[in-house]
Amino acid sequence: MSYIGIIITYVFVQNFILVQFMGLCPFIGVSKNSESALGMGMAVTFVTAVASVVCYMVYYFLLVPFALEYLKTVAFILVIAALVQLVEMVIRKMTPSLYKALGIFLPLITTNCAVLGIAILNIDNGYNLLESFFAGLAAGLGFTLAIVLMSNIREKLELTPVRKSYKGVPIAFISAGLMALAFMAFDKSLITNLHLV
Amino acid sequence: MSIIAAILVISILGLLLGLGLAIADKKLAVEKDAKLVKMEGIMPGANCGGCGYAGCAAYAAAVTSGEAEIGLCSPGGNALAAKMGEIMGVSVESKERMVAFVHCNGNSEVTKEAFKYKGIQDCAAAYIVQAGPNACKEGCIHLGSCMSVCPAGAIYRDDKNMIKVNPDKCIGCKKCTTVCPTGVIKMIPASATMVVACNNHEIGAKVKKNCQVGCIGCKICQNKFPSSGCVVENFLSKIDYSKDTSDLESASEACPQKCFVKRG
Repeated sequence: MSYIGIIITYVFVQNFILVQFMGLCPFIGVSKNSESALGMGMAVTFVTAVASVVCYMVYYFLLVPFALEYLKTVAFILVIAALVQLVEMVIRKMTPSLYKALGIFLPLITTNCAVLGIAILNIDNGYNLLESFFAGLAAGLGFTLAIVLMSNIREKLELTPVRKSYKGVPIAFISAGLMALAFMAFDKSLITNLHLV
Repeated sequence: MSIIAAILVISILGLLLGLGLAIADKKLAVEKDAKLVKMEGIMPGANCGGCGYAGCAAYAAAVTSGEAEIGLCSPGGNALAAKMGEIMGVSVESKERMVAFVHCNGNSEVTKEAFKYKGIQDCAAAYIVQAGPNACKEGCIHLGSCMSVCPAGAIYRDDKNMIKVNPDKCIGCKKCTTVCPTGVIKMIPASATMVVACNNHEIGAKVKKNCQVGCIGCKICQNKFPSSGCVVENFLSKIDYSKDTSDLESASEACPQKCFVKRG
């Protein structure tokens, strides 16, 4: 599959949030305003892209030579946790305001299954190093796209008369469901029709 | 062999990542207020939230920025308040340590039951149904919701199925007082030797009908023993610990309902 194919696959067709339903916790938790949503998206994109590359190297240069493939989940989580720590330090140093806005959801990227998901999918799909990097980047971009769209919708929803029982998270869940329905339009045939396979 | 390889590989990976993070931590260190660092260091770390802030670090930050006052931390008590005052350069007067106490002496033997409750074993759930299964609506429901929220494990059930607070273990975070639907748990000074163990504000006749050990508001403690510190308000005797309480012992003996509890 070409690089463009991989990117379109993970941004639209296999969007981690709206199609595969991974990493929903920050999707609802940090999508209240678009600024912090964008920040969260950037942080996740960085982590998925770098984690994909590092996990690829850990898998093929460390685990495969010792026949320890079965340890990949443990090893990947270790790598991801360390990366998230690094991102947290960088954000705390660079933009304290974003650090405050992201709050607990920043360290929680560690347990965001989208990150571990892309690392394992890369191995399962047999991608090479560059393909893994693009897949990771695309997964992060897909996440960013979904969370930014969501935050814009939620900002509008704040000003919309919504029934009291639906205000806040319930209406956000309904919107998320409708967004997921819309994303069903992107399916495998899109990739085939674009002659990207 | 493969086990050793697995251990080695994962350990080396962890070690390398840890080393990298340690270096990054030094390089990317954020300069923190020296006062705040010191303040965070002396906090008890219970994160109980009793001060009204999200946790120990949040309270430390609030004190350092002058937003919160010193001495709101119950687990730290006076020792912590004094240390915080030292850091901030202000003098702090010491306060009496407050502990939680279940102001109820009732149990299934002495208190009447209004109905049998077989729902969710939780005080709040039981309280929704006509304010609990007890005939007395202000006493302890004995389902122990306070026990599950206590971060210090200070609340226990004794052999008579009564909920008690161990004053030595209590850190005074007031979590139990907020979770208790009847409000029967109230704070008292840790040094208090005597407590009126009743929370019922109904008139004497009603209390007597429902419970053998409830305060009927007869005012004997208040009128006959003026220096006991007892004040009867809304048919319930309360001890004002800031007053002279020298006669408390004799007042407790004169109590017709024996609702005073001696604390060891």
